[in-house]
Amino acid sequence: MSSFKKDKKEEEDGSCLFTGIEKTTVLQECRTFNETPVNPKKCIRIMTSILYLLNQGEQLSSTEATEAFFAMTKLFQSQDVILRRMVYLGIKELSGVADDVIIVTSSLTKDMTGKEDLYRAAAIRALCSITDATMLQAIERYMKQAIVDRNSAVSSAALVSSLHMTKMANDVVKRYVNEAQEAINSDNIMVQYHALGVLYHIRKTDKLAVNKLVAKLTKSSLRSPYAACMLIRMAAKLLEEEENGSDLPFFDFIESCLRHKSEVVIYEAAHAIVNLKCTTNSELAHAISCLQSFCNSPKATLRFAAVRTLNQVAISHLAAVKLCNMDLENLITDSNRSIATLAITTLLKTGSESSVDRLMKQIATFVSEISDEFKVVVVQAIRALSLKFPRKHSVLMTFLSMMLRDEGGLEYKASIADTIITIIEDNPDAKEIGLAHLCEFIEDCEHTSLAVRILHLLGKEGPRTKQPSKYIRFIYNRVILENPTVRAAAISAMAQFGATCPDLLENILVLLARCQMDSDDEVRDRATYYSNILSYLDPSLYNSYIIESPQVSIPSLERSLKEYCDGCTDEPFDLKSVPIAVVPTNEEVTRAQQKSEGMIMSTGPTKKVKVSREENYAQKLTLIPGIAQAGSLFRSSEVVELTESETEYVVRCIKHTFSRCIVLQFDCLNTLSDQLLENVRVQLEPSEGYKILKEIPCEKLPYNETGTTYIVLQYPENFFASVATFGAVLKFIVKDCDPDTGLPDTDEGYDDEYILEDLEINLGDQIQRVSKVNWQASWEELSENCVEMEETYSLASMSTLEEAVKNIIQFLGLQPAERSDKIPEGKTTHTLLLAGIFRGGADILVRAKLALADGVTMQLTVRSTHPDVAELVTASVG
Amino acid sequence: MGGLWSYFRGLLGAREMRILILGLDGAGKTTILYRLQVGEVVTTIPTIGFNVEQVQYKNLKFQVWDLGGQTSIRPYWRCYYSNTDAIIYVVDSADKERIGISKDELFHMLREEELTDAILVVLANKQDMAGCMTVAEVHQALGLEALKNRTFQIFKTSATKGEGLDQAMDWLANALQNKK
Repeated sequence: MSSFKKDKKEEEDGSCLFTGIEKTTVLQECRTFNETPVNPKKCIRIMTSILYLLNQGEQLSSTEATEAFFAMTKLFQSQDVILRRMVYLGIKELSGVADDVIIVTSSLTKDMTGKEDLYRAAAIRALCSITDATMLQAIERYMKQAIVDRNSAVSSAALVSSLHMTKMANDVVKRYVNEAQEAINSDNIMVQYHALGVLYHIRKTDKLAVNKLVAKLTKSSLRSPYAACMLIRMAAKLLEEEENGSDLPFFDFIESCLRHKSEVVIYEAAHAIVNLKCTTNSELAHAISCLQSFCNSPKATLRFAAVRTLNQVAISHLAAVKLCNMDLENLITDSNRSIATLAITTLLKTGSESSVDRLMKQIATFVSEISDEFKVVVVQAIRALSLKFPRKHSVLMTFLSMMLRDEGGLEYKASIADTIITIIEDNPDAKEIGLAHLCEFIEDCEHTSLAVRILHLLGKEGPRTKQPSKYIRFIYNRVILENPTVRAAAISAMAQFGATCPDLLENILVLLARCQMDSDDEVRDRATYYSNILSYLDPSLYNSYIIESPQVSIPSLERSLKEYCDGCTDEPFDLKSVPIAVVPTNEEVTRAQQKSEGMIMSTGPTKKVKVSREENYAQKLTLIPGIAQAGSLFRSSEVVELTESETEYVVRCIKHTFSRCIVLQFDCLNTLSDQLLENVRVQLEPSEGYKILKEIPCEKLPYNETGTTYIVLQYPENFFASVATFGAVLKFIVKDCDPDTGLPDTDEGYDDEYILEDLEINLGDQIQRVSKVNWQASWEELSENCVEMEETYSLASMSTLEEAVKNIIQFLGLQPAERSDKIPEGKTTHTLLLAGIFRGGADILVRAKLALADGVTMQLTVRSTHPDVAELVTASVG
Repeated sequence: MGGLWSYFRGLLGAREMRILILGLDGAGKTTILYRLQVGEVVTTIPTIGFNVEQVQYKNLKFQVWDLGGQTSIRPYWRCYYSNTDAIIYVVDSADKERIGISKDELFHMLREEELTDAILVVLANKQDMAGCMTVAEVHQALGLEALKNRTFQIFKTSATKGEGLDQAMDWLANALQNKK
């Protein structure tokens, strides 16, 4: 009675027999295995606890594992069937950690060939887990026999184990091909499936062999639905790899599978067809109608599979998926919330503007019932929608703010905040509403990282709204209520308001003064720093120390400071000597976003401080004698091809700009197998003003290797001469050699040369992009002590504003500010704001007023701290 | 008194005797094991690891461990020494070249503390082979005269023909019963 009670209690706790057991105790108990005679009941319990521990993630050291393993081998003396099978499991679990596991080879071989059927399959699996590539040959005969064994469990075990063995002993497993071929004719569906898997693995590197295998099997009909599914995948892969359109027999096979009697196969075929790259509408129609009928299936798995597939291809096959809209509508109320979510998000992707309201209302009814990962799917659908229908922003925004208020993990909340920020950035009308929602959110936000991001955004956007003062309360509340990290962020945000809105300055100063009593160092420091700067009442000071963050790259700054501290010098540290951080181009940003937008499989925030390309190059260049003295690297250009891609020698150039000189890095590739090149160098014809300081040839360039040669050029004193074009010739000594060994036939070589394309040094190479948060303020600041140049151009070749903007940015190598690179739809005039730094440190700001008439007319105003630079910019555009 | 005692023990089901079969590779250990168990000659392959079987001889039950004799496996013998009642050491009488190694392995093993009480049976196997050593020669080559404080006996056997095994097992069964 008492034990019954105990059991019941345990059940209620939700705990099992093994909770709370300890590794050391269990390992002690393993000694019981050494006792004779074996007590099967006791040993089974101990084995179970070992397996339980291992499956809970407990790690054994190699000594512990080996000891337990050898104790376990003693259990082979017992004939208890259950205990023996536990031993197999133990062997498999420990085979990775314990040493000398081959000791059970003979015993397992005996069991796998023995009379006891209950042992055989499990013994094969255990045997393969302890066998390494060298031992595999010893058991080859038994494996082959097992593959063709009449017992399907044995045959399957042998096939699957062989599949695992391919990882380490592909060659040995390749010899099982005849047996696998025989097994594929088995009546058992699993054996047939596993045999196909082994056959494919053996052949997968040989495309022709796979082709033959698939061609043969598509003609004979496979009994096993699983094997059929796999064959469909193989055929689909071959079709994908086939470059010119569909290979008809394979496609016909997949299509014929749409009429298979097994639902699994039908789904697999439909899935394969809708995911093929080039399909015609009629080919698609049949597959989609199969998925459509699955949408109405009573089986939840089928509905889920179908709607998930439709969701994935909704964008690529918009028209075809639209046909299923009626069926998807029915699924909106599906009791399985995952299905409903996928159905709604699919409809949102395919639907029209008018259906948005209705669908959003529908999602709202059950959004609290679905898991975070599906909520993220919903958020992503909303983001896509808001970009598609900007006018719907208020509905979407309200919905997002409602979701923000609900419970949820960081990833989910971050995706909502991201979406709101995207909407704000993309749609000026939505800005104030969006900011209001975010303000409300940080009132009760448990994720520090998100709160910090939102505060930063408020600091950036808030001061430029109609009524900045209303944000102060939200921000100051953070200072009172939150942890130090958030408090510090809130202070920085407040300082932004103080710097940008003169009428709020006095109040901000009071608030900052209060914050100087904070208990946290960082918070106090920031408050002191900002209130000091703000008390000077000097807008240019605000601009450089509050509104704009320092533009240096952080890793470089760290390195420079370390160097400075190591070398004992009395000179003050010069921030200008630190390379400027590279602003990621738009393409890089969108690429990063696209990666994270995969369906459901969002990977979470993986933001690392990346070492920029410049950093990489800078480190490499400092290793080369003669270049280290040039100073710190200012900018590295994109790779420029100086040869056609399919020529004897391939030469690419990267231009590294320093403040007074330019280093040309030529990466040369020798594609001739019968030539060894020596003393490879590039001969330049520099234009007037340029001076060659140093040439570093590449000593040896064997076949198929890339060598690098450098030229260091001094920039001309006169900036106007710095934009130039040079002729270039690749020079080298050729030694003919044996293509097989790569050794030269003779020691004597002969001189040869190869004409390269002309090398240009243009304006963009000498300018580093700088991102300005408040471009206007910087522009005002420069108006006093700088040179302004203005010029009007007619860009006849451009037909749209977008095209013009893109070309100007590319040509000047400047960074667009205040999102002025995005042009609101339907406008015929636009102002593009750009910022950058010229080598040597002169600031450049450019305002380009564009008007669309016949072609584009551009009024370009350039302000720079250096007069020649401003003139150079205007001159080079013409 | 002793007879009565052993009678009771037999009645209660005696503990299984634990026997190890050791020896160099190819001496015929696995063949002997299955000869004892099923009474037939089975085809064997080199044992990687061990075989363990229950053997019934007359009214006695033995648990017999046949450990592989290859150089790489010999270090693991010691993992199976504990609680051993008897050792059957098998020597290939026709392998004159490696008899020295066999002797070294034997004495190395007998030095182990866990085996101090174990009874030793040496089988000079493969007596059917032409030109093999006689029992006396094997006895001398193994240096068995140096053995002190140990119950042991040497027998000539041919596992394939089944000769000599019965005598050896009779002696062993007796020795084990007397030991108790």
